[in-house]
This record gives sequence, C-alpha cells and structure tokens, in this order.
Amino acid sequence: MSIITVERKVLAKNDAIAMDNRDKLTGKGIFTINIVSSPGSGKTSLVERTIEKIGSRVAISVIEGDVQTDLDAKRVSAYNVPVVQIITNGGCHLEANLVKDALGSIDLAKTEMLIIENVGNLVCPAGYDLGEDLKVVVISVTEGDDKPLKYPKMFMNSKALVINKIDLLPYVNCKIDELKSNALKINPELKIFETSCTSGEGIDKWCSFVTGSIKKYPV
Amino acid sequence: MHELSVARNIIEIVEQNVPKGELSCVREVMLKVGEFSGVVADSLKFSYEIITADTELQNSELKIEAVPFRLRCNSCGGITTNSCGLRECADCLKTDTEVLSGEELKITEIILEDKS
Ligand SMILES: Nc1nc2c(ncn2[C@@H]2O[C@H](COP(=O)(O)OP(=O)(O)OP(=O)(O)O)[C@@H](O)[C@H]2O)c(=O)[nH]1
Ligand SMILES: [Mg+2]
Ligand SMILES: [Zn+2]
Repeated sequence: MSIITVERKVLAKNDAIAMDNRDKLTGKGIFTINIVSSPGSGKTSLVERTIEKIGSRVAISVIEGDVQTDLDAKRVSAYNVPVVQIITNGGCHLEANLVKDALGSIDLAKTEMLIIENVGNLVCPAGYDLGEDLKVVVISVTEGDDKPLKYPKMFMNSKALVINKIDLLPYVNCKIDELKSNALKINPELKIFETSCTSGEGIDKWCSFVTGSIKKYPV
Repeated sequence: MHELSVARNIIEIVEQNVPKGELSCVREVMLKVGEFSGVVADSLKFSYEIITADTELQNSELKIEAVPFRLRCNSCGGITTNSCGLRECADCLKTDTEVLSGEELKITEIILEDKS
C-alpha cells in the first residue's frame, strides 16, 4: 500500500480562474457584483432597477446565468446595456471558467461595473468564487424570516444582503427584524438593504452603496 | 446538485497526482469536508461512484472526514463548536468571533494498493 499526500482544495482550479478574472477586472477598474438568491427573489428586477437608477452615470455590463432560456438577458437588454447570457444546461450554479469565457464577449474598456446574475439557487452557487468584488444575496420577504438559519452557507459567504419585496410585508408572515437578526447571527459583517423593486423603495440606498464602491464615483 | 461538479474536480486532482498507469490501484481518496463547505457527503460519494463507474477509478471510493464548525471568540477567547453556523460565542454570546474550521473542502491523501 502506498499513500500520496495531496493537501489540496478540491475547488482550487475554480479559485485560480476566479483570481485571474478578479485580476483582469480590477486591473481595468471594474467593480464586479455577483447576485445570488433562490429562484424568483428578484435578482433580475434588482439589476433592472439598478440600471434605471445609475445606468446613465455608470457604464454597466451584465452577465446573466440561467439553467435554460435567455429570458432574463432579453429583459435586461431592453435597458440598452451590454448583456451576455450564460446557459448552464442544467448546471445549478455559475463557475469561474464560464464567467471567464463570457468576459471575452464584453467590452471591458467600456465597462465600469459588471453585474453577474447567478443561477437561482440558494445552495450551490455559495462555494464558487467567480472573481467578484461583492457577493450579494437577495431574499424576498415571501420566503420567510428563517432562511438565513436554513441556508447559512450563502449568508456566510456574502458581503451584502438585499431584503426584497418589502411592499409585500403587510401580507406575509415575515418579521423583518427577525430576518435581519438571523442573518447577522450567521454573518455579523453583512451589509443589509431593504428594497422593493416594485415601488422603488430602498433602491437609492442600495445604489449609493454600489456606486460608492467604485472608486471613481464617491457618494 | 453541485456535488457532480465537485466530484469531477476530485477526479481531476487524483489524475494529476497519481503516476500514469497506477490509477487502477487507487482504493481510497481521503477528504476533509467542513460542515459548512456546502457539500453533502452522501451526494458527493454517490456522484463520485457514478462518474468513476467503468473507469480506471472504479475500485476507488471517497473517505470523508467531517470537520465541525468551530469558532474562537475575539472577546473572551472561548472556543465554540456548533452545528448551526451561528457566529455567536457560547460563553459570552458576542458575535465578534473568528471561524477556525468547518468551511474546508480538501483532498488530503490518495491511498493506492501495490501493483500485483
Ligand atoms: N411585489 C413585488 N414583486 C417583485 C419584487 N421584485 C421582483 N418581484 C416580482 O417577482 C418575480 C420574480 O422576479 P425576478 O426579478 O424575475 O426574480 P429572479 O430572482 O431574477 O428570478 P430567477 O432568475 O428566475 O431566479 C417577478 O414577477 C417580479 O415582478 C418586489 O420588490 N415586490
Ligand atoms: Mg432572474
Ligand atoms: Zn466569548
């Protein structure tokens, strides 16, 4: 019997490609956001509202990750921003090499902010670094206030939390303070935003946070 | 089910580390899987089994050591182990804590049977 000692991270290859992506993007002064959530929490809606609010000041490009269809890419391209669609064909998350390929179709010289919408899934995208500066998890109030405790990994690995669909708070049994405190128990450093992509409430705060993160646009 | 993608990465690392011609001698691949690595041990084993069936690695299996989630409190220095992922110190209830383990997903060793 013989033993080969390896001591290697299983996702080392993904991590290495993500680092290359990050070097490439930050080298061009691009601020990159990776949006994750369950299906339907409002990722695309948040992209749309963000472009509406700051798209005239900040050159935004978008990568849309979906299991099937280019419906989200079509929605976003209506806002006249460059969009690249990645279809994972069943894959439940985006990986760094898919983003690397997509970067080839984006004019990086004309991009100041890159928004990547990940596949709708609150579990699988958590472990895959794409090379982003900011991973933001979106949760809608209709999903309930216990989700951070039930899906802790996604909240551990994100830097910001957007609580969306707050216009529906009167109709659902979700205590927003409980939701926030649960999220902070899992990740005390989370920056939390409350939004309604329908009424536009809270979008200002979210947008000044992201534009403030681009060095060229101090708040 | 990202365990399939994780299993493919494991196989790639095994192929890179085992000398040519000895892949069929691999019996065990030792892994450390943190409780919050995002990977379900049984699904990972199952995925590995499916992908390696009818390949040189068909007689190998994953041996998974589960690593608990552990914290050190920056306030009182206490060590907390919990299985819910809360960043709260069990002694003083502060959340200013550092994660010591529980997020890892690593291959540590590959065990081969001698060629007969
Ligand atoms: N009431 C309400 N509805 C919203 C809000 N944000 C999004 N929606 C609706 O929720 C549904 C899903 O929104 P999307 O933006 O497509 O969600 P998504 O996360 O991109 O979905 P997937 O990409 O399929 O995972 C749509 O019908 C939206 O109109 C909100 O703040 N309030
Ligand atoms: Mg979408
Ligand atoms: Zn303590």
